[in-house]
Amino acid sequence: MLVVGAYGLKVFGVLVLGRPDSTLGARLESLTSLIPAALFAGLIAVQTIGGDETLMLDARVWGVAAGSVAVWRKAPFVVVVLIAMAVTALVRWQT
Amino acid sequence: MSAHRREGFVLATAVGIVGVTFGVLADAAGLSLAQVVVMSALVFTGASQFAAVSVVDTGGSGIAAVGSALLLAARNALYGPVVARVLPQAWIPRAGSAQFVIDETTAMASVQETDDDARDAFWWTAIWLWSLWNVGSIGGALLGSVIGAPETWGLDAAFPAAFVALLAPHVRKRPGQVAAVVGAALAVAFTPIAPAGVPLLVAALAVIPGWLVGRREAAV
Repeated sequence: MLVVGAYGLKVFGVLVLGRPDSTLGARLESLTSLIPAALFAGLIAVQTIGGDETLMLDARVWGVAAGSVAVWRKAPFVVVVLIAMAVTALVRWQT
Repeated sequence: MSAHRREGFVLATAVGIVGVTFGVLADAAGLSLAQVVVMSALVFTGASQFAAVSVVDTGGSGIAAVGSALLLAARNALYGPVVARVLPQAWIPRAGSAQFVIDETTAMASVQETDDDARDAFWWTAIWLWSLWNVGSIGGALLGSVIGAPETWGLDAAFPAAFVALLAPHVRKRPGQVAAVVGAALAVAFTPIAPAGVPLLVAALAVIPGWLVGRREAAV
């Protein structure tokens, strides 16, 4: 059931919402091009300060903040990820 | 290796380690190895799998497990139109490629400059991610609790930080900035009051203010 549902949602997105020649698709282009900005920002927020249906601030915040500085300084992708992990692990270990 | 293939591999490695956690949790919740294999290979959307397993683990019903997992999977439908352009046109391969439309592949494809790079990034990320996610979850299910908590290594910060890097190209212009700020605010506001997965569906509504800002700028 979960397999069918999860795949069904993906197929619906690609085949129906993402039809290449649909006029609806063309008209929605300016909206759908903003989906990554809206969803990734939401994802970052939830994964940084979200708990189990609560908000909580912990070592992740420091790690993500350090990672964001690395992004801003145009650090390579792997460096961003490693800095975020190292800072989070360090803060967690210290507290 | 070109930059986006390497980045796809980095992301997939982190996902693979999270896959180990999933395997451990699934094993602890009483799922068989076969169930873990089927879930990771066929459901293939991490957050949903964690949600389903944790509902089962806390004694929730199968319906509740599927329901909360599908709420988390619903955002994959919104990624369809974002990556549709770089997927195969023929009906059957297109439907098959939909299986790989998730957070990470959409993100990697959407930050590329050309369609060719986007297609390449999508498929390489998909291949690495699918392989390592499955290897990780099978390993976790077999090894059980031998491995320590991934939080010790700060792995829970790896994803939001990776997505900061993947968000950056989308917020260079005003409409993207508005969509991102409103999206983050909506997701945070709904986290304490709605079941997991819903906050991100609400966050998708942030495309509307972003679009309005873009239209007003175009009119000026």
